[in-house]
Amino acid sequence: MSLRNIGIVYRKELVDSLRDRRTLVSMIVVPLLIMPLLTIGMGALSILLVGEAMKEVPQVMILGGEDSPQVVADLKQLKDVQIVPTKADYADEISDKKIRAAVEIPPGFEAKLAAGESSTVKIYMYEGELKSGFGADRLQRFFRELRDNSIRENLKARHLPDNLARPFDILEQNVAPPEKVGGAILGGLVPYFVILLCLTGAMYPAMDLTAGEKERGTIETILCSPVSRTHLVLGKFLMVLTASIATAILAITSMALSFGAGKKMLLGVTHGTADAALQITITGKAIVSIFCVVLPLAVFFSAALLALSIFAKSFKEAQSYISPLMIVVVMPAVAALLPGVELNAALALIPVLNTSLVSKEIITGTYHWNLIALIFLSSSVYAAIAIAIAVKLFQREDVLFRT
Amino acid sequence: MIEALHLVKRFRDKKRGEICAVNDVSFSCRPGEIYGLLGANGAGKTTTLRMLATILAPSEGTAIVAGYDVVKEPQMVRSRVGFLSTATALYGRLSAQEMVEYFGRLYGLDEPTLGRRIDEIFTRLEMNDFRDRRCDKLSTGMKQKVSIARTLVHDPSVMIFDEPTVGLDVMASRTIAGFIRECRDNGKTVVFSTHVMSEVQKLCDHIGIIHGGKLLAAGTLSELRAQFGIHDLEDLFVKVVES
Repeated sequence: MSLRNIGIVYRKELVDSLRDRRTLVSMIVVPLLIMPLLTIGMGALSILLVGEAMKEVPQVMILGGEDSPQVVADLKQLKDVQIVPTKADYADEISDKKIRAAVEIPPGFEAKLAAGESSTVKIYMYEGELKSGFGADRLQRFFRELRDNSIRENLKARHLPDNLARPFDILEQNVAPPEKVGGAILGGLVPYFVILLCLTGAMYPAMDLTAGEKERGTIETILCSPVSRTHLVLGKFLMVLTASIATAILAITSMALSFGAGKKMLLGVTHGTADAALQITITGKAIVSIFCVVLPLAVFFSAALLALSIFAKSFKEAQSYISPLMIVVVMPAVAALLPGVELNAALALIPVLNTSLVSKEIITGTYHWNLIALIFLSSSVYAAIAIAIAVKLFQREDVLFRT
Repeated sequence: MIEALHLVKRFRDKKRGEICAVNDVSFSCRPGEIYGLLGANGAGKTTTLRMLATILAPSEGTAIVAGYDVVKEPQMVRSRVGFLSTATALYGRLSAQEMVEYFGRLYGLDEPTLGRRIDEIFTRLEMNDFRDRRCDKLSTGMKQKVSIARTLVHDPSVMIFDEPTVGLDVMASRTIAGFIRECRDNGKTVVFSTHVMSEVQKLCDHIGIIHGGKLLAAGTLSELRAQFGIHDLEDLFVKVVES
């Protein structure tokens, strides 16, 4: 094994790749931009959109209520909803977003209320639609207050204490540290993007250094030099790995900085009362640990991509082989985001999913060292197999000179 | 010195099954000689030369190149051979100097020797004006010179040229022809393949006519003319191939 030759090939591939705009974009620009865009950009955008939605005075319709003039009059008095004339096709109006919600007041509502008889007020809305939700919420708040006031007045009339209908309160209190809460909510997304960027960072150089060389006709040039094919593939592999790791490091660093900046921004906006989900803190220990578990995965990706690409006749063909790989990688990475999927010894053997799950745990500050070791080991075995396949394929004439 | 000894190369093709691209080809070429492998497209020239350059391994037979067996010691062969073809392109994002340096290092040259060799070659081939220019920004003629510099950097004793003038204009072709002659004059063993009759007439000391993977006739031009009784090389070639 000549390290000198591997080093010569690696240095050349590094210089060559760093002069290629497409490699630079996938290796440096994408990871540096995607994290701030996802955190600060998406955060700012959602604040903006919710703010806009909250500014709108929702138009709501009253159905019935002819014999409950006081309730209707009180509804019309509300400043944060606009009552529109009643129409029979209220459901279509809501679905078409012409109005936001409708409330159906049952016949004899006020009389029943006064008599202490039960009745049901129905609120019609467009589920999942933000502005409709705001309109329905406002109507619900109005009727809840009406119900509470009615209970209070009834109790008062019977000289009974206020708390009779509410003998005790239930208070839910979080005891987990903020980073665990934030990590549990957003933690899954972080490894998902790191793993994905690790793959995309390696993708372009892997295709360029193999199928690209075939297409440009330089493969025969390099094969007539005395460098052995094993050294050649290892030098190329190191370059692809460098791209993958550089992408991962930049993504992790950019992510940590973006969360820091995003948190400050949101705490500033909300005067220190930001939601727990936003209170995610990524520590230095977490960054180093994620890097360590992602490293063998990056080796696996780099070798697998290299093996797939060398098989292709052209850059285009390599793309068609590699694109489905994205789905293969995304699926286990997404599976880690599903609720209830917890890391165990069996899942620690499934590539990608294991790294995604353990990274999620690391972000929440949980370190299962035995599982981390198992994941590192299993990922290393997969990586070694992928390297062996790539080296083997580089020895095959029918692969190198596939026409 | 090159000695091809019963070289055979078979490929597997999904549609056509097993194909014998080179079938029992033997010839030899001594230092200071140019051996021309003359054949039509698909005759087996490229495959034969790729086996001599150890880019492909023979299915049967072997060749001794610069004293080393292509099957047993391919790396030793490669470090003594300069291989040039239209398929041996340049790395577009490297400069002319970086391209030659890269190969010089792979051939095991130390830095002082490499620097000296590059200065010599770049001066001789008048490449100093574009030594720092990226290969993808060079003209065809300049690229050809970089390829020549790449094959010469380790001062090989054997030169193999696979249709080196295909697609080149007259000036670039003349540069290559001049370079091939210079190699012979410097005592190198030269094998080159072509389907251009005029190139063979101008350059070759010995000629081998290859068709369907088989070497059908071999000898000097005058020997072949005498053997087949035909003076015109093109007519001679057609007769050999059709017989």
